[in-house]
Amino acid sequence: MSESIAAGVPAARRRARVRPVTQDSPFARYALIATAIAFLSLFLLAPLAVVFYEAGTKGAAAFFEAFQDPDARAAIRLTLLIAAIAVPANLAFGLAAAWSIAKFSFPGKSLLITLIDLPFSVSPVVAGLVYVLLFGSQGLLGGWLTAHGVQIIFAVPGIVLATIFVTFPFVARELIPLMQEQGSVEEEAALTLGASGFKTFLTVTLPNIKWGLLYGVLLCNARAMGEFGAVSVVSGHIRGLTNTIPLQVEILYNEYNNVAAFALSVLLASLALVTLGIKTFLEWRHADALAARGRRH
Amino acid sequence: MTSPNFAGRNARRFKAPSVIPGFGLTFGYTLLYLGLVVLLPLAALIWRSSGLGLSGLYDIATEPRVAAGLRTTFFISFCAALVDLFFGLIVAWVLTRYDFFGRRLLDAFVDLPFALPTAVAGISLAALYAPNGWFGEPLAAYGIKIAYTRWGILVALIFIGLPFVVRTVQPIVAELETELEEASATLGASRVQTVLRVLLPPLAPALLTGFALAFARSIGEYGSVIFIAGNIAYVSEIAPLLIVVKLEQYDIPGATGIATIMLAISFAALLAINLVQAFARKRFGHV
Repeated sequence: MSESIAAGVPAARRRARVRPVTQDSPFARYALIATAIAFLSLFLLAPLAVVFYEAGTKGAAAFFEAFQDPDARAAIRLTLLIAAIAVPANLAFGLAAAWSIAKFSFPGKSLLITLIDLPFSVSPVVAGLVYVLLFGSQGLLGGWLTAHGVQIIFAVPGIVLATIFVTFPFVARELIPLMQEQGSVEEEAALTLGASGFKTFLTVTLPNIKWGLLYGVLLCNARAMGEFGAVSVVSGHIRGLTNTIPLQVEILYNEYNNVAAFALSVLLASLALVTLGIKTFLEWRHADALAARGRRH
Repeated sequence: MTSPNFAGRNARRFKAPSVIPGFGLTFGYTLLYLGLVVLLPLAALIWRSSGLGLSGLYDIATEPRVAAGLRTTFFISFCAALVDLFFGLIVAWVLTRYDFFGRRLLDAFVDLPFALPTAVAGISLAALYAPNGWFGEPLAAYGIKIAYTRWGILVALIFIGLPFVVRTVQPIVAELETELEEASATLGASRVQTVLRVLLPPLAPALLTGFALAFARSIGEYGSVIFIAGNIAYVSEIAPLLIVVKLEQYDIPGATGIATIMLAISFAALLAINLVQAFARKRFGHV
């Protein structure tokens, strides 16, 4: 996107005596660049830097001690478990949705796509609340669940459901436009040559969408591990049992245990940095294998 | 044809004929999963709030503490989206039009608010702007307090909304045709006139969309705000926090009412975005 235009402006042009009419004056250019860098440093880079700084204020020993705490370890395990369930669930859904929407034509398609995008326009807190209304003790199914000894709210199943809800569109919305762009000519050829439907998917479709798939899974995973609002509503904050890493960060921070809170945050911030890194790499190296990007989220 | 809910027996006539297999399976699974995970829970919310009725919703919305929370949320979200609109345009312009050292790195970092968990953003912003923080301490010397005031909410929402504006505007800046600028300059327009009257109008739909996306996201934002807001009743409580407070008091109808109002607002924003984009496609041929 941005690279193509910027690359088209050779540095030598700056030395040209007459400034092209499509270029801003050097003063405007430097003022705008300085404004952008200052704004991004203040609002994006400083918050990121302070996470690492605060985690290290009491030295390395205090930093690593935060990970010895049984509650912190339980939170890390739970977060990994939640992501291990939510991401494959939404991956399977994303593949099914993209296959049916991109490879076939049927009425009501755009409505279906809008509905798939719906969780992105719902506040995380509301996402948690709807599950409380459904499964909580005063919820629609609450009485039946209690009678059968099943607990969903204030337990792991509720956290999984809330996480699935907030990460629901990530894979699907990456794959649908990508597979729509690619059409189904290659699949039709494979099928005509006698390949089974499943083999066609594995050997023709999957190689075509692998980078887009990875991109979607990456974003889905980052959100699944970092979700706070929705999970906070359904978790009940039971230490060692229903606290994910972000919830544990909140508890530690509210107890003025800054080093431990920021040490766990370093874990999440590193995940975010790795996600951004791979994402940038995919956009740079495999841009043509990703869905064309207008609006990203 | 508004509902895709009639697969089943008429499946063969419902979809156009195709040699590709697996429609029934994938389409059925899509509807089932969508229905169970997203639509059923949202239906539970709508069912619950329909029990309240319009007068019940009005009573909840005008409860002083709730009314203050809703006002705070909408007003500060609007201001934050405005700030993002202004600086987002500059950032998108600079990252697309100019080349300078560190441009690619900066470009990658614009997505940080999408990737950084909101709780982490919340505590780090609070640490930055607290009276003893990197920014809080020098500001405190001038008597300016950011953390634990409404300004703190503004800072957090600016952080959250920025990538929406930048990423919506960036592709359109990249597509701007140089020929138009050249024509404008040839016809005697100054650079400022060209920017204001030739370059900005085609960017307007993208700017509006980015603004609406940032605004909608800010209204629902919870994690990054609550740590820096101070959460003082009637002053710096946001609507999502009030849902949590109501839930903790077992006031399920109250929580449902606030959630319904917020949901209605985000759908209105979504509708506005779609209208703007439909207009832009007609007028400028792109989104």
